This record gives sequence, structure tokens and C-alpha cells, in this order.
Amino acid sequence: MSINNLDQLYRSVIMDHYKNPRNKGVLDESDITVDMNNPTCGDVIHLTLKMEDGIVQEAKFEGEGCSISMASASMMTQMVKGKTAEEAVKVAHIFSDMMLGKEVDESVDLGDIEALSGVAKFPARIKCATLAWKAMEKGVGNDSDQ
Amino acid sequence: MLNKEIRKHFPILDQEINGHPLVYLDSAATSQKPRQVIEAISNYYNLDNSNVHRGVHTLGNRATEGYEGAREKVRNFINAKSTEEVIFMRGTTTALNTVAQSYGRANVGEGDEIVITYMEHHSNIIPWQQLAKEKGAVLKYIDLEEDGTLSLDKVREVITDRTKIVSIMYVSNVLGTMNPIKEIAEIAHAHGAVMVVDGAQAAPHLKIDVQQLNCDFFAFSGHKMCGPTGIGVLYGKKELLDKMEPVEFGGEMIDFVGLYESTWKELPWKFEGGTPIIAGAIGLGVAIDFLEEIGLEQIEKHEHELAGYAMERMSEVEGLTIYGPLDPEKRAGLVTFNLDEVHPHDVATVLDMNGIAVRAGHHCAQPLMKWLDVSATARASFYLYNTTEDVDRLVDGLRMAKEYFADVY
Repeated sequence: MSINNLDQLYRSVIMDHYKNPRNKGVLDESDITVDMNNPTCGDVIHLTLKMEDGIVQEAKFEGEGCSISMASASMMTQMVKGKTAEEAVKVAHIFSDMMLGKEVDESVDLGDIEALSGVAKFPARIKCATLAWKAMEKGVGNDSDQ
Repeated sequence: MLNKEIRKHFPILDQEINGHPLVYLDSAATSQKPRQVIEAISNYYNLDNSNVHRGVHTLGNRATEGYEGAREKVRNFINAKSTEEVIFMRGTTTALNTVAQSYGRANVGEGDEIVITYMEHHSNIIPWQQLAKEKGAVLKYIDLEEDGTLSLDKVREVITDRTKIVSIMYVSNVLGTMNPIKEIAEIAHAHGAVMVVDGAQAAPHLKIDVQQLNCDFFAFSGHKMCGPTGIGVLYGKKELLDKMEPVEFGGEMIDFVGLYESTWKELPWKFEGGTPIIAGAIGLGVAIDFLEEIGLEQIEKHEHELAGYAMERMSEVEGLTIYGPLDPEKRAGLVTFNLDEVHPHDVATVLDMNGIAVRAGHHCAQPLMKWLDVSATARASFYLYNTTEDVDRLVDGLRMAKEYFADVY
């Protein structure tokens, strides 16, 4: 019973991203840098993005945190590449809805991110999953305002 | 070990969480409340609710007697000389801020020193940071020994004649270390400084005697010692409190109010502006009755034994690191740990799925996390209602967490 519940949270795709994070590191040349932390638990993320013509060309992250927060950061960087700032923010909003257990816009292919939908059933862990997305939204959101 | 029948006083413990009987190991964050305390608060609102220190009606008298009666219980609990030295406040945080804002602002000047340690809770760091910034004073930290204890030699090195305030926790909420407050107070006094004690993790577990410790201020919270949230205590020596200005002004705390000048009530009420925390104080008084009936010495002994058993059993789990002194005699009833590379949040989630509540994170002690060179830890903390069976369940849960995450690493 309990183990099944745990499997809803820790799906193999998530554990794969945790074990083998994509886009880990810091971009040498970046247009956007965001540092964000989760003051209640100590998770931190350092996100660097390279933009070209309003499109995210490169994304890398460094950070410290639990499996959910680091896997989510890995998936976010994967998803955001090649998207316009506007598209990236849209996915961040869809992700936020998913965390709140709301119906999500099915026209957008979420790929690996769909695996994080189980987090919605673990209210204490939602803030772990959303950290990287909030950092990204802050970064590209500010960029698109300029 | 205390009799397991004690658990029956705590209604909340009799439930299942995620399909398992609850094992509550987060009492250092907040303790559970016995039925007596819950009923006392409910009885107060059902039968006696009224404002205090005013009016002539019977309910007003009952409420005042309940509130002031609780103050006497607290006085006796910490062995203060008089109830004038017992001020009700929201909790330890408010009490420490009051000392910083009132005593600190009046007595700390440019270049003076405030001394704390690396193990302090944020509530015993930030009020002093703010005061130091405002006054141009120097905030100094006493370094810890390798096992997370304080050495009096280092205390002597840091405290100087420029030191005005020394503020140290009695018991660490992360390391479990019990600090030699009496000895540190002697050193502080020899340099003309006052000794402030953050007693949040001590009051629930040890017999407190403020006269024997000879501290100048002692702050603690009701909710960690079987009482309700929103009530705490600032003890201060009368001769200091007499000279201090209130930090909150308004009803309850005044003597005479003119158009441009006002005077304050005598102690302790001059520090209790506004309608006080009546139900909270009454609940705390009943919590004190409850703890004293069992005996603080018995409670302390129970927790030492449980912590000793926990450290022994937990060290059977391969890859488990315990922080703080390894000698159970040197620590209070909590064990902070990490399990291999498994992040403490993930450990806590696996435990939660097994009905076991532990804390995971930085425990409001970021400078200490830095000192330990970790970003977060997990913590199991024990109180009078915990048993060796709870520890066994924790150890089983830790083994499961280790197995569950084994293929990830």
C-alpha cells in the first residue's frame, strides 16, 4: 500500500532525471541568471539561460535539493530549450496547474514532465517541484518585459 | 522509561496516518497536547470567557484569576523570585525580540559587542543582527567543538569587556547539545554583560531554575511543552525589567494616559499591551500542572534513555550519519541525521508514508547547517509520549527508505 503510494511520487522517469540530470552546470555566456531558494526547506537553484531572438537557446542549472526538486529542474531545462519566452511561461503555468491537481491543457505535449503529476497528491512536496519553474518564469518573464 | 499509559492523555496519537498508526517524532517543532489542556481551553471559552483586569463582573474575575493563576504556575515552574518577573508573550521569538528592542536598544552602543553561537536558531540570531546594524555594534559568534558542543575556553576568548549581551540557547534544536548556561552566565557577568537564554528546547524537557542559572533573561514557548500555540514567556530579573521601556503601547499596559504623556503600569503588565493571551496562558498553566505531576526529572530521564536507544538502533542502519554529541548523556531527546545520499525530504516522505512524522530541512538554523556543511538534515525528536516501539518503527522506516532509493545511487 505505502510502497504503491511512493511509486506514484517517485516514478522511474523522475529518478532517472535525478540520477542523470540533463543540462547540469553553468553556461559560460548567459543572458539570464536566476538564483532562487526555498526558504522553508533549504533547496536552492542557480539557473542560467541563453536567449536569441526571444528564444531560449541554452539552459543549465546548478542546485541542491531533494530528488523531486532536482528532477523537476532537469526536466524544465529540457522542456524550455527552443521555446519563446512566452511559450516557456505558458508551460510554467500549465505545470503550476498540474501541481494544483487542476485539469491541464492537453494540446501541449508535456513529455517527461507528465511524470511529476503524482506530486499533486503530496502537498508537502509541491514546492519542491515548482522551484525550478518559478526561477525560469522569473528569468524569462523579466526578459520578455524588457 | 515512563509508563506508556501517558499516551492515553494525548487524543491525537490515537490515529492512523497513511494506513499506519501515527508515530509522532516532531515534538521539537511542536509537542502534542494532552486532553487536560484541550479541555481547559474549551472550558475557559465555554464557562469563563471575559476580559481581564477590568470590570467588576464575576466572569471578569474568573478570567483574571485564571490568567494570573497561570502566571504563578509559571513562576513556580522556572523558580522566579516573583510573578513580576514573568511576562506572557506570543512565544520565544517575541520574547527575544523584546529583549533586543527594549534592553538592547537602551544598552548597546556603537562598537559594543553582542555574543551568540553558531548553533543558534534564527530567532536568536536575527533580532541581534538587526540591533547590531542599527547601533553599529559587533555581532560575534562562538565557534563549536567538533562534536557540536561549546567549550568554556572559547566562550572566554570571545566575551570581552565590550560585550553587552550574551544570548545562547540552552538546548540545541538540531544537535541536541545542552549548553553550560550557568558557567557562561558567570563569564558574561564578570565582563558586565547580561545573559539571555533561549530556553525553547529546554523548558519542555529539563527542570528550569532561573535563579540557579543566574541568567538575566529566559525565553520559552508554551506549544513545545504540551501547551497551546501563541503563548510564551519572557522571564527577566526585576531590577532589569524595572528600567526597561515597553515595546508595545496601548490598552492594558498603561497607568495614566494624558493628551501628550502617559505612564505605565507596574511589572509585569507594562510589557503586556492589549488584551492578553488569556486562554493561552490558562492552557499553559494546565500543561505545567501536567508536566509537574509526571515530574520534569522523570521526563528528562525518559528522553535520555530514548535518545540513547535511538542512537544505538539508528547506528545499525548502514550509511546513517548522526550530528551532534554521540554521548547520550551530553544531549537532549532528539537525533538529527542524514541517510547516505538520500535527501532528507525524500527520507521524510518515505517515513510519512509509513505513518512516521519527522522534520526535514534546515531547522531554522542556516548558519549551523553551513557549519555542519550540509544543506539540510532530518530530525527525530522525542517527548514523554514516545516509546522504544516508536524508535523501532523509525528504524524500519529508515531501512525501507534506504532500500527504496538504493537503485538510484
